[in-house]
Amino acid sequence: MKKILNTTLAALAAMTISFNASASAGSVHLDSANTDISDQGSLQNGAKLFMNYCSGCHSISFMRYNRIGKDLNISDADVEKNLMFNGEKIGDNVVSSLSDAGAVNWFGTTPPDLSLVSRSKGVDWIYTYLHGFYKDESRIFGVNNHVLENASMPDVLWKLKQERSTEEFDQDVRDITNFLDYVGEPAKLVRVDLGYKVLGFLFILFVLSYLLKKEYWKDVKYGKWRAKD
Amino acid sequence: MDNNKNWIDQRFPLTKVWNEHLAEYYTPRNFNFWYFFGSLAILVLVMQIVTGIFLTMHFKPDAANAFASVEYIMRDVDWGWLIRYLHSTGASAFFVVIYLHMYRGLLYGSYKAPRELIWILGMVLYIALMAEAFMGYVLPWGQMSYWGAQVIISLFGSVPVIGPDLLIWILGDYAVGDPALNRFFSLHVIALPLILVILVFLHIVALHTVGSNNPDGVEIKKNKDANGIPKDGIPFHPYYSVKDIVGVVVFLMIFSAIVFFSPAMNGYFLEHANFVEANPLKTPDHIAPLWYLTPFYSVLRAIPPLFGSQFPGVVGMFAALLILIALPWLDRSKVKSIRYRSMPYKIALAIFVVSFIILGYLGMQPVTPVNAFLARVFTIAYFGFFILMPWFTSIGKTKPVPERTTEH
Repeated sequence: MKKILNTTLAALAAMTISFNASASAGSVHLDSANTDISDQGSLQNGAKLFMNYCSGCHSISFMRYNRIGKDLNISDADVEKNLMFNGEKIGDNVVSSLSDAGAVNWFGTTPPDLSLVSRSKGVDWIYTYLHGFYKDESRIFGVNNHVLENASMPDVLWKLKQERSTEEFDQDVRDITNFLDYVGEPAKLVRVDLGYKVLGFLFILFVLSYLLKKEYWKDVKYGKWRAKD
Repeated sequence: MDNNKNWIDQRFPLTKVWNEHLAEYYTPRNFNFWYFFGSLAILVLVMQIVTGIFLTMHFKPDAANAFASVEYIMRDVDWGWLIRYLHSTGASAFFVVIYLHMYRGLLYGSYKAPRELIWILGMVLYIALMAEAFMGYVLPWGQMSYWGAQVIISLFGSVPVIGPDLLIWILGDYAVGDPALNRFFSLHVIALPLILVILVFLHIVALHTVGSNNPDGVEIKKNKDANGIPKDGIPFHPYYSVKDIVGVVVFLMIFSAIVFFSPAMNGYFLEHANFVEANPLKTPDHIAPLWYLTPFYSVLRAIPPLFGSQFPGVVGMFAALLILIALPWLDRSKVKSIRYRSMPYKIALAIFVVSFIILGYLGMQPVTPVNAFLARVFTIAYFGFFILMPWFTSIGKTKPVPERTTEH
């Protein structure tokens, strides 16, 4: 029995992994990001790192600064001090100050908006991508990426990687990934908890409606509507 | 209260309608699991209309703003994410419910005389629902919205002679763009829902005229008591109304679990690529319609082009849909219910169900030589079910059908 269970679980796991891979990145193997959206510390650290290392080029234009503050429990004052660098207003969307023309000039393309990258590519993709830079002198920035071959992005986290221990850096990458997961769907912070409440309510309603049905159907089984002939 | 009722009844047949369709509508007493899906379909229809009304308040049917307006709904509109997920999950749930509802018809021969019109109205409803869902899927203006529309609408361009002009007439442009988005919005929000509601009304009127079939395929109206009430019938209200409430609650539990815990259903209900805004210059590697359209998409791809024209595939796809309408006349069996059907029918039905599911799966996959071969085999099996039906429903030994419904 246990063996069957193990085999089934292994098969299911294999199916999920192969699906994730085929859904996002073709044949590249993706590591599990293992993020936890309920970990507020991780999200706050991710927000800080994203704003410092990513937001110079990448917008998350569907996100507003004060919404990030509200959801991640950071006061407006702290958001303005630590996460906003270009004199925006607190209710503004998070838009990079890099001009399109400049981007094309320097990188050959405009850096994509990352508002929904966690939804289109998946968290595992982001996590593996951020870990995926390797030295390649043939590329203009001296690095290439094994998840997205010939990406026009420099390895912006290289300094962080040198300053931090392997474990710390891995956690930083995971926090950025976690933050982008939140950015992809802010409602994710509330919907799961709400889901349990809704299901709890429906379960009670199910018991009551089932008892009501049983009471009425006594007529059909034994009473008024029972065929007598 | 009674006075009010009289006042209304003198001016509108309220009590009459209530009795005819609910309190004195006699329904077979032996409905099983498969009979929940009619009322559930109405529930989902109402839910789609109500959530749709709220989405329409915030959505911008404009190629430049549509994608962002959906994200605006997801983020800045109070409870917008919930309304949107209810609507997007509702679309898939609608098809789950409708497929099970149709399969019930196949299981118990509900399409056979005297219920042919109910079946035909139902099939027209199903086709209208597919059009409704397809146009709804274009509105968020993601990559799959755009390219899915491009693929499906270009089919009309393969019609001989008038094709190219027809295509421009449908799109209002040379490619899918702002005019197409605008008119699909109009059709999705007004024209098709109106048609759906009218057809549902007619479907139910036709049903209540002949009465419901049941798992035994017995006509309960043949056995009436002294008061003219079918001996195996019970009033729809309260017995089936309270029973359907249980079905509704169980359905809502499964539905809510998806809405709250996995609204994208790993890409099956909301495709990953559709979270990227439509880009006419960037064709995705792999274009697949949503799961409920894929069996027919498979048929389309399975049929080889003729003289360089894709038209045969298009004809095949629509034939696969329209042939269902002929079912009441293709089925020659004397019995209705699967319980008393002959072995050849049971085997044929099993092959049909397997073919439909495999075609659906193949429709989501990229075309490979093996997939293309399988799609052809199962397309033949799919059509074989209908073409051979007059033969296999007239052979084999059926079991005797009881006079009255059976108790379980």
